[in-house]
Amino acid sequence: MSTTTPAVTTKPTPAHAAKKGKPQLSEGARAERRLGFMLIAPAVIVMLAVAAYPIVYAVYLSLQRYNLALPQNKAFIGFANYAAVLSSQYWWQALWVTLIITVFSVAITLVLGMLLAMVLHRTLFGRGTVRTTSLIPYGIVTVAAAYSWQYAWTPSQGYLSAAFNNAAPLTNQVQAIIVIIIAEIWKTTPFMGLLLLAGLSLIPEDLQNAAKVDGATGWQRFVKITLPLMKPAILVALLFRTLDSFRIFDTIFILTAGNNGTGSVSILGYNNLFNALNLGIGSTISILIFICVAIIAVIYILGFGTAAPGSDIGKR
Amino acid sequence: MAAITPQRRVGWLSANFVVIALALIPVLWLVSLSLKTPTAVLDPSFIPSQWTWGNYSGILTSSQFLRPLLNSIGIGLISTIVAVGLASMAAYAIARLQFPGKGVLIGMALLIAMFPLIALVTPLFTIERALGLFNTWPGLIIPYIAFGLPLGIYILSAFFREIPWELEKAAKVDGATPFQAFIRVIAPLAAPGMVTTAILVFLACWNDFILAISFTSTIASRTAPAAMEYFSGGSVFTVPTGPISAAAVVITIPIIIFVLFFQRRIVAGLTSGAVKG
Repeated sequence: MSTTTPAVTTKPTPAHAAKKGKPQLSEGARAERRLGFMLIAPAVIVMLAVAAYPIVYAVYLSLQRYNLALPQNKAFIGFANYAAVLSSQYWWQALWVTLIITVFSVAITLVLGMLLAMVLHRTLFGRGTVRTTSLIPYGIVTVAAAYSWQYAWTPSQGYLSAAFNNAAPLTNQVQAIIVIIIAEIWKTTPFMGLLLLAGLSLIPEDLQNAAKVDGATGWQRFVKITLPLMKPAILVALLFRTLDSFRIFDTIFILTAGNNGTGSVSILGYNNLFNALNLGIGSTISILIFICVAIIAVIYILGFGTAAPGSDIGKR
Repeated sequence: MAAITPQRRVGWLSANFVVIALALIPVLWLVSLSLKTPTAVLDPSFIPSQWTWGNYSGILTSSQFLRPLLNSIGIGLISTIVAVGLASMAAYAIARLQFPGKGVLIGMALLIAMFPLIALVTPLFTIERALGLFNTWPGLIIPYIAFGLPLGIYILSAFFREIPWELEKAAKVDGATPFQAFIRVIAPLAAPGMVTTAILVFLACWNDFILAISFTSTIASRTAPAAMEYFSGGSVFTVPTGPISAAAVVITIPIIIFVLFFQRRIVAGLTSGAVKG
């Protein structure tokens, strides 16, 4: 621990501040800068040590032939690991499964989250109870929820399996993916609903009433007023949900362990490390997942424009 | 709003009912399974045909569950305290001080908040083994702090911006020392934001599964969600459905009570930063 969380007052920042400071900076402003750098230093050091450095290290490992079972065979092999992963059907299948789960669960969660937000926003009776209860799926441990779904779909034991004629969906690729998507939707709809509710409550009531007076129907008001004004809230919620869904692991690990072609890219990476002990290939998969996430983030941020998270910090 | 017709009232009530039922059924199913005897588990009805507390007494007397539960609590608390402490310092700087690089810091925090954890598992696994951190408490605490920090910095800087800092000056004018001004005036105003952040960071640590199964190998440091995988049934041929359900209820119920109790804070925190906990 001592290496990553140094005492606040030590360490490198003052020199850093002095070098960057412009000459005409007053003594007070310089002191403020120094204090600012000192206060952020511990957080920055921990984040760099645990997130940035390992990614760089993963790039290095991904260029090596390195299997823990055969450590003496370690050697630099350039991009051979990338060629191996990208030409493997396992990678492409895991990527497709992940993309399908992400697209369907995020799209359905958006619709259901919007409905939930409307119920929470408009309901006149028992709003507190509904809001409280709808937080339960958010609070429950993902693994615990996954066990609940698994047992519900176990033939001759589970209520859902019994309701569907003793079905065993977890043994079939398509059905298992549907079950995984349902579990994901159940868990994340409250989060989506709360974020959208925050956006919904910012829409002035007058605007809705004015449109109503002008004869707009409920649907017209939703499409012409609610949706455009909620665009920033929707984009933020979608970005976080998409990136979160793309790294899906816990639910699949418990429900199917990735069997029958239901593994996500995270499951593939995990199995490569802990079953095959192949650090080179495992790191290659890590880097490829990282690139996928970066691509998703860039697409969203281009879509955000000025509504990007972080740019609103100044307004608060 | 316009007059409330009876149909509207029924409509909203049924919408409320659907939301509550959908949220509760999977949880009640776990509770039901945890109270079923091993033979009753084989019956798909919601109401147990034979009741037992045996699953609970079983796991609560077994070190295979108690030790991981202790690990979860200890690792979660330490990570939360350190992460909120470091995040508060950084968020104070972002909210109150002028210095270059703020945008970079926020961007970096967002990037880490969105990180695919699996991308870090392979390199961190190698690093932790080399440093002797594998299968130790610090081996989980350090990554948990790092992933709690972005959330903390984001939420706390939003909270700290809204504190009326002039009050601090006013207190000093009235004769308070800087320390008194901080403790009496600023700390009480900052406390709600810090409590909210602490709750969300703790929930994230408590919930984690991927790092917990990757960086532990024995109950010395394995956390409760990771330990459930290793439960065994009465014999090799029985699936330990009852004990796993009981364990799921034990690790879930306190969190649900906690969430319900702090729901306003949690909603405020989630929506202020718009960051997933």
